[in-house]
Amino acid sequence: MIQGISIYEILTLTSIIFFIGVYGFLTRKNLITMLLSIELILNASAINFVVINTYLFPDLLQGVFFSVFIVAVAAAETALAVAIVINLYKLITSVEVKDTEVMKY
Amino acid sequence: MDFSYTILIPLIPFAVFLLLGINYNRIKPAVSGWIGSLGLFTTLGLSYYTAYQYFFVVGKVGDVYQTFTQQWRWMSFTETLYIDMGVLIDQISVMMIVVVSTISFMVHLYSRGYMKGDPGYTKFFAFLSLFTFSMMGLVLAVNLFQIYIFWELVGVSSFLLIGYYYTKPSAVAAAKKAFIVTRFADLGFLIGILIIGYYGGSYDFATLNDLEGNVITNWASTSFMGLSVITWGLLLIFMGGAGKSAMFPLHIWLPDAMEGPTPVSALIHAATMVVAGVYLVARLFPLYYFVEDGYALNLVAWVGAFSALFAAIIALTQNDIKRVLAFSTMSQIGYMMLALGVSGYYGHDGLGYMASMFHLFTHAMFKGLLFLAAGSIIHAIHSNYIQDMGGLRKYMPITHITFLIAALSIAGFPGFAGFFSKDEILVAAYEHNKLIYVIGVVVAGLTAFYMFRLYFGIFWGKDTKYEHTPHESPVSMTFPLVFLAIMSAVGGYIHFSEYVTVDHQPFEAHLNYPLAAIAVGVGLIGILLAFVFYKKPSGLPDKVSASFGLLYRWAFDKFYFDELYLFVTKEIIFKRISAPFAWFDRHIVDGTMNLIGNSTVAGSEKIKKIQSGRMQDYAFAFIAGAVVLAMIFIYKWII
Repeated sequence: MIQGISIYEILTLTSIIFFIGVYGFLTRKNLITMLLSIELILNASAINFVVINTYLFPDLLQGVFFSVFIVAVAAAETALAVAIVINLYKLITSVEVKDTEVMKY
Repeated sequence: MDFSYTILIPLIPFAVFLLLGINYNRIKPAVSGWIGSLGLFTTLGLSYYTAYQYFFVVGKVGDVYQTFTQQWRWMSFTETLYIDMGVLIDQISVMMIVVVSTISFMVHLYSRGYMKGDPGYTKFFAFLSLFTFSMMGLVLAVNLFQIYIFWELVGVSSFLLIGYYYTKPSAVAAAKKAFIVTRFADLGFLIGILIIGYYGGSYDFATLNDLEGNVITNWASTSFMGLSVITWGLLLIFMGGAGKSAMFPLHIWLPDAMEGPTPVSALIHAATMVVAGVYLVARLFPLYYFVEDGYALNLVAWVGAFSALFAAIIALTQNDIKRVLAFSTMSQIGYMMLALGVSGYYGHDGLGYMASMFHLFTHAMFKGLLFLAAGSIIHAIHSNYIQDMGGLRKYMPITHITFLIAALSIAGFPGFAGFFSKDEILVAAYEHNKLIYVIGVVVAGLTAFYMFRLYFGIFWGKDTKYEHTPHESPVSMTFPLVFLAIMSAVGGYIHFSEYVTVDHQPFEAHLNYPLAAIAVGVGLIGILLAFVFYKKPSGLPDKVSASFGLLYRWAFDKFYFDELYLFVTKEIIFKRISAPFAWFDRHIVDGTMNLIGNSTVAGSEKIKKIQSGRMQDYAFAFIAGAVVLAMIFIYKWII
């Protein structure tokens, strides 16, 4: 562990970040900010992986590597999502969530 | 001797059918006529070669004709249950391939002239080839299933050819009628096959007809309603045969089938397909004869005798020449059935069987000729009705002479083919049952009368003024007439009893002069009456028909059998039986299904608002669910 900082403090921080992300995802009306919220959720879980890996198996690196994968996937996913949002904007000149309900029943 | 090349006899017409059928709009009519005729010519050559080989070279060992089979496993279900396909070469099948290929070839040649200029020329030849293929397959079948398959195939080709002029509603109706009536009869045939197969243990003709075999020695083992089940099976099979051969209760399709082109009537509805029923009974003759002491065979005799009389009476009154010929065909097939029915098995007792096959042979020749000659007349004056004809002998000499020969032959005039075969039938009937014999003689007289009514009405009678002067048909049409006329004249001199017998041993058949004299006398009276009535136009026929009054009317309307069938189907079956079933189906069965469907639709209409389409609602539901699950887990396992 990092000197002077206990695991509880770090897990508390990641939980806070995670729920901020969830809250943002559920309440934002704009697709871009929803995307940002998803990034927060992913980052919180990536930190969790690193911390718990260090805490349980200090001489192994799986968790750390996994967080690298998460970052890579998140980047890809963001690129895709932004592409969708841009296309959506071209189509309906809006990035509001309420304007994307045209596919329902 | 290896007879496996005979498989080509049906396969060549089939190849021609495929060739013409697939390329029917690419092949020029002239070419397709040649292809069809050449294909048939090959078949004809093979058939004659087979007949020569069988009857004169290898068929007879000692004094007994052998049976050759070539078969291949077609469908194999288990060790003991399998269906073969193959060719069966014996006396009647060889005789039949000769008849079928001869008539079919003549009809092909004739059609090249008759159908000239028809838009469906190639299609017509393709159908003719399909029919020939099916008929050959039927004749050469080795077991009941194979015969059933080809039986249906001839039914289909008959349907296609009757409905050939498919723009005419009457032709379409006739085609459907023929198909439905024969299909209905074939239902009985199928059930009969299954009964025989189940209780007899085999479908093969060789096994079934074996005199020491299981079926013939053991027929009494199971009975149903007082009759052996095998007898029931045979009766049902005869029902199929009666449907195809237009025997009495199932005859209604044959007169209407005359809507097809005339060469088709000659080939299918006079010479070959309609005798399939006779062939079927002959094929299973040992079963018919030995099982239950010939109970089923007796029925065959009576149905045949009744049909012969019934059809001959109707034929007296009809004015459409093709319909007269159709009823005449029915009457003559009744004769063949009658002859089979009165036949015995051993030696000279098998005279009826031989006579039936003999009559089948000669009838094919003269009735094919009569139809082709009728086609030639219709071709010349574009009408089917006797009233529109008269004095044609001056315009169509060849048709006149050939028609006369055929008419003399069918009337049993001494020396012509029909005389010999009819005489054998009457002798067989006389030895077996006097009443059937009397019916046979009466029918012979009626036949002579209505044939010469046609002859005098068409070629003599009044001098009709024609819009266009009729002229003789082209050579392509007169050649088959002449050929068949020669056959009708001399065909009777073949000693059939040396070739086709029921117990495979030749015997000597002699003319029975007293009986022959009676038959000829009756026939001459018929001819004489027709001469008096119709040689010169006179009011005599009308007076006589008026004196019969209601009876004439009754026969003229074919004893109201069409109306009876219509009444039974439309008023009783459709209204009383089918309509309630339809109601049940529409309201109860469909209603249940509709209820299930409709309630699902209504339910989903109610709950579809849940699908808001906003992703955040779904995400909220998901996260809320995850939180609730997490709380449950924490509560249960951690606290």
